[in-house]
Amino acid sequence: MIAVIDYKAGNLTSVVKALKYLGAETQVTQDPEVVRAAAKVVLPGVGHFQSTQLLADLGLTDAVRESVAKGAWFLGICVGLQWLFAGSTEAPEVAGLGHFAGMCERFPASFEGPELKSPHVGWNSLEEVRADSKLLREVQEGGFVYYTHSWRAPVINATAAVTNYGGAFTGVVERENVMGVQFHPEKSSAVGLQVLKNFVEL
Amino acid sequence: MLTKRIIACLDVRGGRVVKGVQFVDIVDAGDPAELAHRHAAAGADEIVLLDITATHEGRGTLLDTVKRTAATLFVPFTVGGGIRSADDAAAVFDAGADKVSINSSAIARPELIGEIGGSFGAQAVIVAIDARRGAAGADDAEVYVSGGRKATGLRVVDWAREAEERGAGEILLTSMDTDGMRNGFDCELTARVSEAVQIPVIASGGAGSAAHFAEVFGKGKADAALAASIFHFGVTDSRELKAELRRAGVSVRLPC
Repeated sequence: MIAVIDYKAGNLTSVVKALKYLGAETQVTQDPEVVRAAAKVVLPGVGHFQSTQLLADLGLTDAVRESVAKGAWFLGICVGLQWLFAGSTEAPEVAGLGHFAGMCERFPASFEGPELKSPHVGWNSLEEVRADSKLLREVQEGGFVYYTHSWRAPVINATAAVTNYGGAFTGVVERENVMGVQFHPEKSSAVGLQVLKNFVEL
Repeated sequence: MLTKRIIACLDVRGGRVVKGVQFVDIVDAGDPAELAHRHAAAGADEIVLLDITATHEGRGTLLDTVKRTAATLFVPFTVGGGIRSADDAAAVFDAGADKVSINSSAIARPELIGEIGGSFGAQAVIVAIDARRGAAGADDAEVYVSGGRKATGLRVVDWAREAEERGAGEILLTSMDTDGMRNGFDCELTARVSEAVQIPVIASGGAGSAAHFAEVFGKGKADAALAASIFHFGVTDSRELKAELRRAGVSVRLPC
């Protein structure tokens, strides 16, 4: 069973629909006990980093920390990936899980001269795909995925693939049982479904 | 590299996809769910479904159509037509849409942009602008509402800026002058709007060939382009279109 955490950050319909399509059993929840008991946890999220404050308020941050320490598989999507880091300049007063080092920052207004549009919306490619990534099994270098975001996570040791827009940022992060994707796998056609399938089959 | 998006648009009336020329002369083009899947399989980057008569009729048909279309669609899916409140938007998201497109209702009550964005994120709000050039051409292009039937007196560039300030995630700009003519997009107007805002601009109206798309991505500075009729009637599909664009040096996602 995959616990899908509902923290009122946008719309869960698409993520749950895609997981079910791949044959996974899901439970949408706000209950820390359900998260502690789950073998797999998905934290979706679109919208503002501020909304992750609710995770702390509901006791879900501690529940995730314990469940990850016990070895449960964890997948953060979009803001869910950003939350795995120390925090975000989008809501500096709200702490992230701090599982990975570094702060998420806004795209710069320009990059190497020309103006950079923000949000970064559309299909962009995954580069420097790490061969040992479990989440990216059978995902090709250069595979296209759908992004929509204005803040991004830095490239760190645990980065499993980068995407270039105003410089490289973390498209996929993975260390042992903790994973995150900045793009929307549920909206990324065949490549996205492959990523979710890899997670479902772990 | 961020690619240019090709968006297939389905204009729906009474649950069927239709296509008009300059907003009139409507003909039947098929079932929305079936066409959406066909487009996605052929490599369309997104699907937009516009219920063109929802403003005058009920909304039940729309929600049913959205649900049916979204069930197994794994590319971004935008729905527009008759969305007048954050509750209307919530119902559409619940049925499986990823973004909503608002037009007349945003002009009537601009706060709506922020209200939907506040609950669902800016990325979920597209402000659609129907534009017609004035006496001075692209410079004094004016915003129209109610399916192009009513002039508002607003300048297109001013309204696009205001929509961005109020929290729109994207602008969908339709030129009423070029719509349905298949003679090319209004590149001049699209470039004006694209330069005026930071958020992505989707060009619409006038797609007839791959060259038109290349032109609007280049000269028109569009981030995405939307078309309907050239796909529905099998003149071309996204796969052929993208192959041609790639040969022309435009960065696009090729379907697997």
